Amino acid sequence: MQAAQLEPAVSCRGLRKIYDPRGRWWGGGPGGGAGAAVVAVDGLDLGIRRGECFGLLGPNGAGKTTTVEILEGILAPSAGEVELLGMSWARDEVRLRERIGVALQETRFPERLSVTEVLNLFRSFYPRSRPVAALLADVELTEKRDAWVGKLSGGQRQRLAIACALVGEPDILFLDEPTTGLDPQSRRQLWDLVLRFRGAGGTVVLTTHYMEEAERLCDRVAIIDHGRIIEEGSPAELIRGLGAQHVVEFALEGAGGAGAGLAESDLLALPAVTGARLAGDGACALTVSEPARALPALIALVSGRGAALARLETRHATLEDVFVTLTGRHLRDG
Amino acid sequence: MARAHPVVQLTLMRLRELSREPGTLFWIFGFPVLISIALGLAFRNTGPETVAVGVLPGVPAAVTGALTAGGVLVKPLDEAAARSELRAGRVAVVLVPPAPGAGDALGYRYDPMRPEARLGRAVVDDVLQRAAGRRDARAVRDEIVREPGARYIDFLTPGLIGMNLMSGSMWGIGWVLVNMRVRKLLKRLVAAPMRRRHLFYGQAIARLIMIPVELGVILIFARLAFDVRMAGSWLALVLVSVTGSACFAGMAILVASRAQNSETMSGLMNLVMLPMFVLSGVFFSSSHFPEAMQPAVNALPLTALCNGLRAVIIDGAGVAGIAGSLAVMGVWGAISFVVGLRLFRWG
Repeated sequence: MQAAQLEPAVSCRGLRKIYDPRGRWWGGGPGGGAGAAVVAVDGLDLGIRRGECFGLLGPNGAGKTTTVEILEGILAPSAGEVELLGMSWARDEVRLRERIGVALQETRFPERLSVTEVLNLFRSFYPRSRPVAALLADVELTEKRDAWVGKLSGGQRQRLAIACALVGEPDILFLDEPTTGLDPQSRRQLWDLVLRFRGAGGTVVLTTHYMEEAERLCDRVAIIDHGRIIEEGSPAELIRGLGAQHVVEFALEGAGGAGAGLAESDLLALPAVTGARLAGDGACALTVSEPARALPALIALVSGRGAALARLETRHATLEDVFVTLTGRHLRDG
Repeated sequence: MARAHPVVQLTLMRLRELSREPGTLFWIFGFPVLISIALGLAFRNTGPETVAVGVLPGVPAAVTGALTAGGVLVKPLDEAAARSELRAGRVAVVLVPPAPGAGDALGYRYDPMRPEARLGRAVVDDVLQRAAGRRDARAVRDEIVREPGARYIDFLTPGLIGMNLMSGSMWGIGWVLVNMRVRKLLKRLVAAPMRRRHLFYGQAIARLIMIPVELGVILIFARLAFDVRMAGSWLALVLVSVTGSACFAGMAILVASRAQNSETMSGLMNLVMLPMFVLSGVFFSSSHFPEAMQPAVNALPLTALCNGLRAVIIDGAGVAGIAGSLAVMGVWGAISFVVGLRLFRWG
C-alpha cells in the first residue's frame, strides 16, 4: 500500500496529438474539407501526485481539452504514454474507468430526465456507487432532485455534471473548464465542491483559463501554450519567478507612453523594477519588487518629461502576469 | 433504491424521453392516423363515377341531349376553358363540333395517357352510338364481385405501417444517436464504465416496446374507420414488423455513425428514406415502375417490408409466405449494423 501511495496519480511522457484533416467529409462538422494537419498537443510530460489539485492553465486552443481527454482515455494520443494510478488505458480500461470521474467541458444531459433519473443512469454503470441522496447533498441539488434537467440553471447543470463524475467514488476527478460561463456565486459553490473532494484525499485535474480559479484551487499548475508546457509549479512559485510580486499599471495623459518619449529601457532603469511592458493602447505595466521605491521614481520620471499620469494602479502579481510575461499575450485573447 | 442493470436504465432513458416529448407522440400517433383519414377519404370507393364531358360551341343540341339522357355530365365550355378543364382532369373528354368539309364527324379531344380519359371516351362514344341507333351484336351479362382487401385503403394501410416502422427506427435511433453525439452525451457515457453495446441494446429494446404501439394505432384505426381486416397470421405480422424495425435500426446506426451535426444527419436521412418512399410502394404499387427497374426496386428494404406486410394483412400469408421479405431485410440490417459499428464515432 505504501508503494501504491507513492506512484503518481497521473503521469504522461512525450504526449502528442495530431488531428488529421482528411476523412472528415462524410460526417461534416469542424475541420471539414482540406487543410493541413493540426498539432494540438506537442510533446507533453506531466506527473500529478495523489491528493493534489493540478491545473492546466492556458488560452483557448492551447491544447488543454485535448490533453485531458487523452488522460481520460477518450482520445487516443498520436504518440506518448499515459499511466493513471499505475495502470494504462490499453491494458486496464474497465478497471480504470471505475476509478476516475469525468466532467467534460460541456455535456447536455437529456432535457426531459430528472436529476435523480440521470444520477441513477450513471450509478448503473459502476459496481460500487454512492447513493443518490448523498450525491445530491454533495452538490447541493437535493431540492432539485425531481426537476427536469431542462429546468436547471447553468450552475445547477454543472453541479449535476460533477455529481455524475462523483457517482463511482473516484480516486481522480477530471474537470474540463468547470466554471466557464458561470456567475460568480455558482463559481464559488463549485470551487467549494472541488476543495471538499480534495480535502477528502481525492486527486483533481482541472483545466481553466481563469487565473483566479487556478490560484484558488490548484496546488500546482502547468501553463500550456501551443500544445506545450511553458512553465510548471505552484502558483506562488510561478509568481515568484517573475522576480517581483507587484504590478504597477499606469497610463499617461494625452498621447500615451510613446508620445512622452518613454521607452522600455527608461522604465527598466527605475529602482526595484524587474520588467516593463508597453501595451498597444499607450498603457504600461511594470513588475516591481518594492512599490515604495519604484513609485516615487516613476512619478519623478514622468513629470521630468513634462507629462502627467492619467491612471496609476498597483496590485499583486497574478498568474495572468506570468502568462503575459512568458508569451506576450493575455490568456483570454485566445 | 436498488441499482438497476445499465441496459434497463438506458432503455428507461429512451422511453422517458420519448413519452415526455409531445412532438414525438404526434408523429407516432397523430400523423399516421391523419394520413389514413386524408387518403382514405380521397380514394374512398363511391361506386362508378359520373363521366364529365366538355362541349364546345357548335356541337349540335341533339348530341348534348343524348349525353344528358345517357347519364353523362355535360359542361358547355369555350375554347380556353375547355383547355384548362381538360388539363385539370375536371372533364375527361371535350366534344369538338364537326370540322368544315369533314362531314358530320364529331371530334373527341382527350389525352390517351390518362386512364380516366380513355374511360370517358369509351362511355361517351357508347352513349352517342346507342342514341344514333347502334344495337349490341353480342349478348353479355355482368357478374359483380366485392373482393375484400381490394380497396385503396386496404392497399394503403400496410404501406403506412411499413413507412411508420421505417421512420420510427430511423428517427428513433439514428436521429437520437446523432443528437447524443452533438450534446456530447455519447462521449460522456463512454467516459463512464458503460459497455458500449449496452447503449445499442437499450435503444433496441425501447424500439421493440414501441412496435406494438405503432402497429396498433394504424391497425385499430383502419379497422374502426374503414373496416380494414387483418387476414393473415399474427405471428407472421410480428415477425415481419420486428425484422423490418431491426433492419432499419441497423441502417439508422450506419447513417448515424459519423454525422457530427443534425443538418448533416437530416440530409443523410432524406437521402436514404426519400427514394424508398417513392420507389417502395408505400402509396401506390411499385409494379408501375418499368420492368428494368424491378430487380432494384424489389431489393430495397422498404419494398420488402411493405410486400411482407401486404402479404400478411391483405393476402393472409403465414410465416412461409414472407420468407423472401425477411431474408432481404435481414441482409440489409446485418450488413449496415456491422459496418455502422465499425465506423461509429463516439466523440
